[in-house]
Amino acid sequence: MNIIKFLENLSDNQLLETKGSRRDSLNQITNAGKNFAQASIPFALAATSKKTSAATMSMSSAMFQASPTDVLNFALTLEYLEREFYQIGMDTAGLIDADDRDVFGLILRHENSHVDLLLLALGDDAIDKPTFDFTGAPGGLALNPFGDYPTFLALSQGFEDTGVRAYKGQAGALIDNDVLLEYALQIHSVEARHASQVRRMRDEKGWITFEENTLPAAFSGIYEGEDNTIQLGINLAGKFPSFGGDAAVTEAFDEPLTMAEVNAIAGVFIV
Amino acid sequence: MKKPMINVQSFHDGREGKMNSRRQFLKIGGLAVVGSSLFLYSCEEDGITDEEINALDAKGVDNKRVFNLGTGDLAILNYAYILEQLEAAFYTAVINGSYYEGITDAKEKQILTDLWYHEVIHRDFLKTALNSIASPGRIAPDLEFNFSSVDFGSRDNVLTVSQILEDTGVSAYNGAGKLLESADYLLLAGKIVSVEARHAAAIRDLIRPGTTYFAGDDVLVDLLGTGIAYDKAVAPRDVLAAVAATGFLETKIIANNLPTA
Repeated sequence: MNIIKFLENLSDNQLLETKGSRRDSLNQITNAGKNFAQASIPFALAATSKKTSAATMSMSSAMFQASPTDVLNFALTLEYLEREFYQIGMDTAGLIDADDRDVFGLILRHENSHVDLLLLALGDDAIDKPTFDFTGAPGGLALNPFGDYPTFLALSQGFEDTGVRAYKGQAGALIDNDVLLEYALQIHSVEARHASQVRRMRDEKGWITFEENTLPAAFSGIYEGEDNTIQLGINLAGKFPSFGGDAAVTEAFDEPLTMAEVNAIAGVFIV
Repeated sequence: MKKPMINVQSFHDGREGKMNSRRQFLKIGGLAVVGSSLFLYSCEEDGITDEEINALDAKGVDNKRVFNLGTGDLAILNYAYILEQLEAAFYTAVINGSYYEGITDAKEKQILTDLWYHEVIHRDFLKTALNSIASPGRIAPDLEFNFSSVDFGSRDNVLTVSQILEDTGVSAYNGAGKLLESADYLLLAGKIVSVEARHAAAIRDLIRPGTTYFAGDDVLVDLLGTGIAYDKAVAPRDVLAAVAATGFLETKIIANNLPTA
């Protein structure tokens, strides 16, 4: 229940008034058997919120949505991974070009903060840090990111672009909790700033064109589906010939990944 | 009934220096606007009465001089459409200006070109999407902008305004997310906001290449004492106040009925 403690620091007392009151309605859109997790999350809205019915009705995927605790632990796994990756990178003498150390030092600082925020939010429900192997051995790879700077840069880009897609994919699962949703969005766009920077350090555009993947082929899943041209049911393909065409259309919208898709990518590095 | 109003006046009155509106934009960006409603206008001599506002509230009149955002998700989509119109209009002016024409660095030129493409695509897409869910009178009109305070021959000036627009866009979408009722619109906002963040980082890196400025402490904030590592999430009325203060927007925006939670 540590999440209650930190929310008590917030000025909005409304947050606490409805603690746990949405449990029944949420059970309709989350997997059975997760009740223990939901009970520990305070909800910012009244039980009769329009948002619950909207989330239930508007997305067929709602029935597969994870609980907020599952979402935060999922995010925490990715943040643990990024933090450890950058920490080892910064600690490995001679790996990171001198000119790039400020950038990666800042990214590491951010990932540290993100881990701390998620730990604070989850309290006793936080999962322990997994054991990571950045050679990718768990996925059958033999990478050398801490001995080869281009590989380090490539994995950094992959982790950041995956992070952006991962947070985006879970926003809907947090729609009933304004506080957690806003925190997640505030992390999400910082991951996008990181991704843009690292991509340009690798002489790529800061944004994703079609499904283009310049990482090792094993990571094509990171960009799968980024070539989508249909938004809110409107197909934008062929509509912007004078504005960069379909390439620009796919660049203009980042696409989400599901939790399962992200876990498959991250699983390559988790022992 | 008289509606409470906050009048956010334009600082663009022709007597001020080229970059004065930018400084005011930065200054007012941190302004806490209080009150139960907000009436924004960008040209102080164009007065409008309470009666006119109430009439517009009731009828949702399509009018280029004044527009009521409406309520609920529609209001938020209109709000996003207005911000995208502003960005698209700005980059259209950029690519027609002498700074852009004179860029010799291919990557720098590509970034500005792509930003123009992306913002035009966002704008036109939102217009199409709005037309599919609301009657014409409820959709923001094609707005008129005045960029006379910007020197489009100046790299510094263009990039500075670009950075402000992109950072503001990020904070605006982040602040709007919790106001949306529809999970589909929330996902759409997520698809756009991360691209705006990619833009912001790219423009910032053109201003201070290879530094930490792409995600600098000047634009990020702390959450719960865990460190400065988060983009801002700013409420629509504060974003609109900052936009009005630039003097770029010639249409009055009425944001009385925006959702607040």
